Amino acid sequence: MFDFFFQFPVWVQAAIKGLAVILVIFPIAGVCSMAERKVAAWVQDRPGPNRAVVPWIAWIPVIGKFLQRLGVFHVMADGGKMLFKEDSTPGHVNKFYFIAAPLLAMVPALTTVAVVPFGAYFDDAGRTIPLILANLDVGLLAVFAISSLGVYSLILAGWASNSKYPFLGSVRASAQLISYELSMTLSILPVFLWINAPGSTGTLGLVRVVEFQSQSGLVGGAWFCFFMPISAFIFLVCLFAETNRQPFDTIESEADLVGSFHTEYGAFKWGLFFVAEYSHMIVGSGIFMLLFCGGWNPLPWLPLATLVGWLHHISGWAFTVHPLFVGIFSIAIFLGKVLAMIFFFMWIRWTVPRFRYDQVMKIGWRFLLPLSIANLLAYAVAIAFIQK
Amino acid sequence: MAVIQLERKPLTFAERTYLPQIIRGLKTTMKHLVAPAVTLEYPEQRPDIPDGYRGVPTLVKDPNGREKCVSCQLCEFVCPPKAIRITPGEIPPDAPGAHVEKAPQAFDIDMLRCIYCGLCQEVCPEEAIWLQKQYSMTGLTREEMVNHKDRLYELGGTLPDQHHKWDKKKAAEEHGNAH
Repeated sequence: MFDFFFQFPVWVQAAIKGLAVILVIFPIAGVCSMAERKVAAWVQDRPGPNRAVVPWIAWIPVIGKFLQRLGVFHVMADGGKMLFKEDSTPGHVNKFYFIAAPLLAMVPALTTVAVVPFGAYFDDAGRTIPLILANLDVGLLAVFAISSLGVYSLILAGWASNSKYPFLGSVRASAQLISYELSMTLSILPVFLWINAPGSTGTLGLVRVVEFQSQSGLVGGAWFCFFMPISAFIFLVCLFAETNRQPFDTIESEADLVGSFHTEYGAFKWGLFFVAEYSHMIVGSGIFMLLFCGGWNPLPWLPLATLVGWLHHISGWAFTVHPLFVGIFSIAIFLGKVLAMIFFFMWIRWTVPRFRYDQVMKIGWRFLLPLSIANLLAYAVAIAFIQK
Repeated sequence: MAVIQLERKPLTFAERTYLPQIIRGLKTTMKHLVAPAVTLEYPEQRPDIPDGYRGVPTLVKDPNGREKCVSCQLCEFVCPPKAIRITPGEIPPDAPGAHVEKAPQAFDIDMLRCIYCGLCQEVCPEEAIWLQKQYSMTGLTREEMVNHKDRLYELGGTLPDQHHKWDKKKAAEEHGNAH
């Protein structure tokens, strides 16, 4: 049915797939900003944005009203405002780097998606074919390498703004992101020590991690967050710090830094920073889900293949084992888990107050880093004994 | 009273990790997340204004429909921002309330000047001017923001008092003092 797609040259296929993924990520990042306002409102016992509505949708009896109350049209209103506002560039900035910074923020944020698998289907032989833009062996290493480039955009923005608060903010950003990258990388090493058992071909790919969590049996089906809760915890905390989220958003703390690195930005350039930040969050949540929460497997000890088998068994419909259905089904599961994770990000944001900058440094260097090293050593010894 | 010495316990390990507190905080925020909103959605839902609220100053009539103001101009003189302007007028001799002698010909309150202090209400010997429950005063021009006499009576309505001071005075004049 879709054979024509595979007739295209490889680069056309890659471009189409890449565009499709970006076309999903970009709106989700936009909607996240709306969800943030809405979750904030609910936590604070108020209804939140609920006025904007498109006339012909308002005419639909119940659904129109529901969508309006949910505030979905405020996304368009916000986006429209951001697009059509005057995009001013202050006179005292370094124009080239000032304009380059938001673009540089977008590039790594959207590039990392390429090596993140977001679903899978099974071919006739029963093998798992992951849905991924580039199934590289370096996998996670590529994610870390590219996403850490994001800090350059913050530094450039702060420096090019040529004013003191953006500059302070960017100095903080560089220090914070570099500090937490250490513990983040160390915390996931036990996972890869475990899946790269002696005798198997080594890989840092995320597909392999999910395959490991999709096996049968009590041990095989368990997600890594059960085996390695400390790793998962450290990774999660570092994820909050790396994505500048509360309680680690000292980089943007408006109380002491005005707006930090985006103080001098407005309109569309400012919007790009935010879409980049939410894209980082989406990719980060995705990686957390892949590493520690079973990727596209719906529940621990219930891999996707089993669930699809049950569906086929109960309903008897042939399409439930069609690769297209399985692929979309797995993407839906994975996306659902990622969105749940993003909700958790927001939930934490409205619960925990912001750490002071020295506390952030203290937690990073004097708590998380020793903990992640100890964790790595403990698991290295244990895995050496188990796998001989 | 005896002094009770409390033992200051050092923080436990769990407390120092800060995690149980975060989890309790998450529970609290989740409770609020599912709780219904406590805010009013303003233009559709209006707040209940308590009695004694000092909103827009208005003029009132007595139960017989007579305007209570006798245009003594005390409010005009007491008004700190000089928002009130009264043009005194005579009551025609053939009118039913002729014994009151005076009523305002024009009564303007400039709501752009009014500071809602309530001194006009306090100073009025006739209980004719009242700050009532209207709290939202808007207009598109400066002229619209000036409340004229008819508008003031429309906002004010009737004060259900039973003093009928002027009627008693007239009755006393006609039939002699009861005391």
